[in-house]
Amino acid sequence: MFDYYNLTPLLRSIHAFMCGIMPEWLAMTIEGIAVGLFIMIMYAILAIILIYMERKVCATFQCRIGPNRVGGKGGLLQVPADVIKILTKEIIYLKDNDKFLYGLAPFLVITASILTFSCLPWNKGGEILHMDIGIFFVLAASSIGVLGILLAGWSSNSKYTLIGAVRSGAMIISYELSIGISVLTMVILSGAMDIQAIVSNQSDGWNIFKGHIPALMAFIIYLIAGNAEANRAPFDLAEAEQELTAGYHTEYSGMHFGFFYLAEYLNLFITAGIAVTLFLGGWMPLHISGLDAFNAIMDYIPGVIWFVGKTFFIVFILMWIRWTFPRLRIDQVLILEWKYLMPLSLFVLLLMTVCKVFGWVF
Amino acid sequence: MSLFEIAFYVVAICIIVFSVMAVTTSSILRSATYLLFVLLSTGGVYAILGYTFLSAVQLMVYAGGIIVLYVFSILLTRSSGTMKYRVGKGKMTSVLITTIVGMALVMFILTTNNFAHNIIPQGIELPVKQIGHALIGTEKYQFVLPFEVLSVLLLASMIGSIMIARRKR
Repeated sequence: MFDYYNLTPLLRSIHAFMCGIMPEWLAMTIEGIAVGLFIMIMYAILAIILIYMERKVCATFQCRIGPNRVGGKGGLLQVPADVIKILTKEIIYLKDNDKFLYGLAPFLVITASILTFSCLPWNKGGEILHMDIGIFFVLAASSIGVLGILLAGWSSNSKYTLIGAVRSGAMIISYELSIGISVLTMVILSGAMDIQAIVSNQSDGWNIFKGHIPALMAFIIYLIAGNAEANRAPFDLAEAEQELTAGYHTEYSGMHFGFFYLAEYLNLFITAGIAVTLFLGGWMPLHISGLDAFNAIMDYIPGVIWFVGKTFFIVFILMWIRWTFPRLRIDQVLILEWKYLMPLSLFVLLLMTVCKVFGWVF
Repeated sequence: MSLFEIAFYVVAICIIVFSVMAVTTSSILRSATYLLFVLLSTGGVYAILGYTFLSAVQLMVYAGGIIVLYVFSILLTRSSGTMKYRVGKGKMTSVLITTIVGMALVMFILTTNNFAHNIIPQGIELPVKQIGHALIGTEKYQFVLPFEVLSVLLLASMIGSIMIARRKR
């Protein structure tokens, strides 16, 4: 039904054309570089949009206006100006620290983020890394990021950064459990780990409607744990600025800091994107059974717009949470995970399995 | 040379270089980081073989679990920073001889038994359903018993670590 918007034939024909005029390995290499550039550009553009959105949403929740001077009404050029500023800043190297690990840490964080970013399903046939184990690879790749945070904290040779890193490490390792279990719940519901298969299984109804009560509970658990994975308030005690100046990236400057900053915002987007893929149908349009005319109109909207729109809706909800709740203490964070969230998610997993076995899902 | 072969040789060289660096570096945290690169490259080998499931498991368990655990415990304990040991000449030669003999043995086994015949496959992904059925099936070449026994072993070690970590009353 969406065959107008399926990207696969277009990409196939491009590949065939490239192979026609040059050897296959050269075509593959050029395509790989092109896709890599595309990922980088999308990453940068989305980061700019997200930072602008964060400032505006934060301002709204605090009854302020937000950026409004640079670039005419609405301050649209504020974030590009900030980007130029951060690109021209000096990268300061510290005395008496491990230079290699200090330089490596931001790249570990951003590599994990880009790897997970390339798994997002933008459209039908529009997934960059397509594997049979898609969603499991996302979980695995995102688990490298915590190592970058730990190394950054240690190699900065400062007490603030070390405390921030250890806090963040403990928190991220704990919340990975809840994320993993809630993702597993949805894998049980869809019966596939391939991201495109998970999305196309939702053509007759989004997972959150198909799986009703357990899916809704898994969705809420996923959002809480995902917020913690992205190191954002109320779980931002890794960089609690009142206690630790800026946590694990206190000593970083220039683009090294920029990498941490980029990765934080893009991790927000990735968390939201995976939530949309698993629970809200990915690039599938909204269908209401019975209203055929409405469904036909919805089909005309391309999948990529559905995906980005839904993702930004989830991003908005996560920002709403961030600017509403106060920060938790480290013991409260760990108690929340180990005593409430993890047992609850195990229960939801069991419930979903029972529902699936007895066919109580739609 | 196909792209798969190039990728395989790049990953193989990464494994060799980083494993040597992991044991020769003088800083314990750098050593852990090089070990991370070795494990990531091993995951890369699995991915080239088309066994993406094992590759992701490698990423998750080793990179995201074990190395993080190592780094965490290094951060929490007081380490002297440098690990400069003098290695004597006799020790050095014996290590070299052992390594070369071991390598020769492995090469001999690989080449005489045709293991190296199909060493670089053409990257067809193993479907995850097949892996799942092999893991928890009860027929021939299906491994439900080892799988369950391993889970019991894991449970026992978890209970053991809790018993050790618990405060004495």
